[in-house]
Amino acid sequence: MATETENGAVDAAHGAAEAGGAGMPQLEFSTFGNQIFWLVVALVIIFFVLSKIALPRIAGVLAERQGTITNDLAAAEELKQKAVEAEEAYKQALADARSEAQKIVNDAKAEIQADLDAAQAKADAEIAAKTAESEKAIAEIRDGAADSAKEVARDTVKEILGAMGFSADARTVTSAVNARTKG
Amino acid sequence: MEGDIAQLGQFIGAGLAGIGSGAAAIGVGHVAGNFLAGALRNPSAAGGQTATLFIGIAFAEALGIFSFLVALLLMFAV
Amino acid sequence: MATEAHGEETGGLVFHPLDQFIVEPLFGNAGDPVHWYTITNVTLWMALAVLAIVALFVFGSRGRAIVPTRTQSIGEILYGFTYKMVEDVAGKDAIKFFPYIMSLFMFILFANYLGLLPMSFATTSHIAVTAVLALAVFLTVTIVGFVKNGVGFLGLFWVASAPLALRPILAIIELISYFVRPVSHSIRLGGNIMAGHAVIKVFAGFAAIAAISPFAVLSITAIYGLEVLVAGVQAYVFTILTCVYLKDALHPSH
Repeated sequence: MATETENGAVDAAHGAAEAGGAGMPQLEFSTFGNQIFWLVVALVIIFFVLSKIALPRIAGVLAERQGTITNDLAAAEELKQKAVEAEEAYKQALADARSEAQKIVNDAKAEIQADLDAAQAKADAEIAAKTAESEKAIAEIRDGAADSAKEVARDTVKEILGAMGFSADARTVTSAVNARTKG
Repeated sequence: MEGDIAQLGQFIGAGLAGIGSGAAAIGVGHVAGNFLAGALRNPSAAGGQTATLFIGIAFAEALGIFSFLVALLLMFAV
Repeated sequence: MATEAHGEETGGLVFHPLDQFIVEPLFGNAGDPVHWYTITNVTLWMALAVLAIVALFVFGSRGRAIVPTRTQSIGEILYGFTYKMVEDVAGKDAIKFFPYIMSLFMFILFANYLGLLPMSFATTSHIAVTAVLALAVFLTVTIVGFVKNGVGFLGLFWVASAPLALRPILAIIELISYFVRPVSHSIRLGGNIMAGHAVIKVFAGFAAIAAISPFAVLSITAIYGLEVLVAGVQAYVFTILTCVYLKDALHPSH
């Protein structure tokens, strides 16, 4: 303490010699009031500007942005859902159309098959009728032919017998020819 | 003459106080280095601890600033 | 009166690294007395900080755009950064102090960065300014602590988890560290800013010697870069410590 007071005197002395230039401006107590006053003014202004205007505004903007993003996301989700539904419906429609087409094809096929069967049956019947008719005709012709052959044979026999000088009555010849031709 | 000796003492004291800044630098280096070592071991936990890192650095550095202040006071204010 | 004296000193390697911190009236002579109402360089640079903050936060967000402009985006980033810091460090119930913390943070940040402009005046390098800031935080924290917790706030000093014999000693240590808080809080900020500016000025003094002036200029550039970092970090540290102290006040149990 003693040295300090002594130093104080010395300081005063050489403080004058150095023209007081060595002091720290930070410890210049005469300016403290000024700095503190203006600091408090600045802080109060900043506090009121921030808390009354700026921060609520920014908070509002951020909340609004968050809301917009959430809404957009929800809308996107909804649209996605709709797209999925639409795809589902499309697939359903496609499957329906396919089965319908299948059914139509099957019906047509069955109808055609039925027509075809009927036509075939008719044709078969006709063919059978024709065949029967033809067979009858052939049989008649064959019978006719056999009779003709008998006639020819009888006549031939008569002529041969005539030529050989035999006369034969017709009945005998006929029975003989018949007997022969039967075999 | 007496004033000269007083000034000598001031300057020597200021120089000695300046050593404190270097010591604080060591302390800050320790904090940051250990943080980095821990962060490399467990990088996922490092992100949440940056605030702690800065607080640690601030406490270590404050003492260095004190010594710097002592040096300044000796140089300019005493 | 200090500047007058320095004006007379000429020649040689003269360092006046602290002259940049002299508070002087803006109007009138340099030696005029500084009253509490005098408009000084402190007033000017604090007003500029206020204007910058108003410009960023009020005019920047004027459009209230959903897709933000660049200025509005900066304001929103600072808002979000501070909000998250208060929420994470001090807890959810500290959100009502958010405007207060935001004001302190913005003032310190802008004052620091404006102080880095050449020929400017760093208001936060003054212990009077930082002491008021730190005392404001200290008083807020103490009052909030007692209002919220009543006598329970004293539990902050009574470490219940320690052995009973150690507790009184720890209480004394805690008490001392509690009251040292505003001191370290203010000197950390003021000292950092003052140190950086003074070091730049010292290197600027070296630039007067031709042989080492390139080195000096390079050093100034490098230290200026460091100071840009320090200006941001110190504002951040001041704010985050405010949040930590606030958390102590709201939840005093260890």
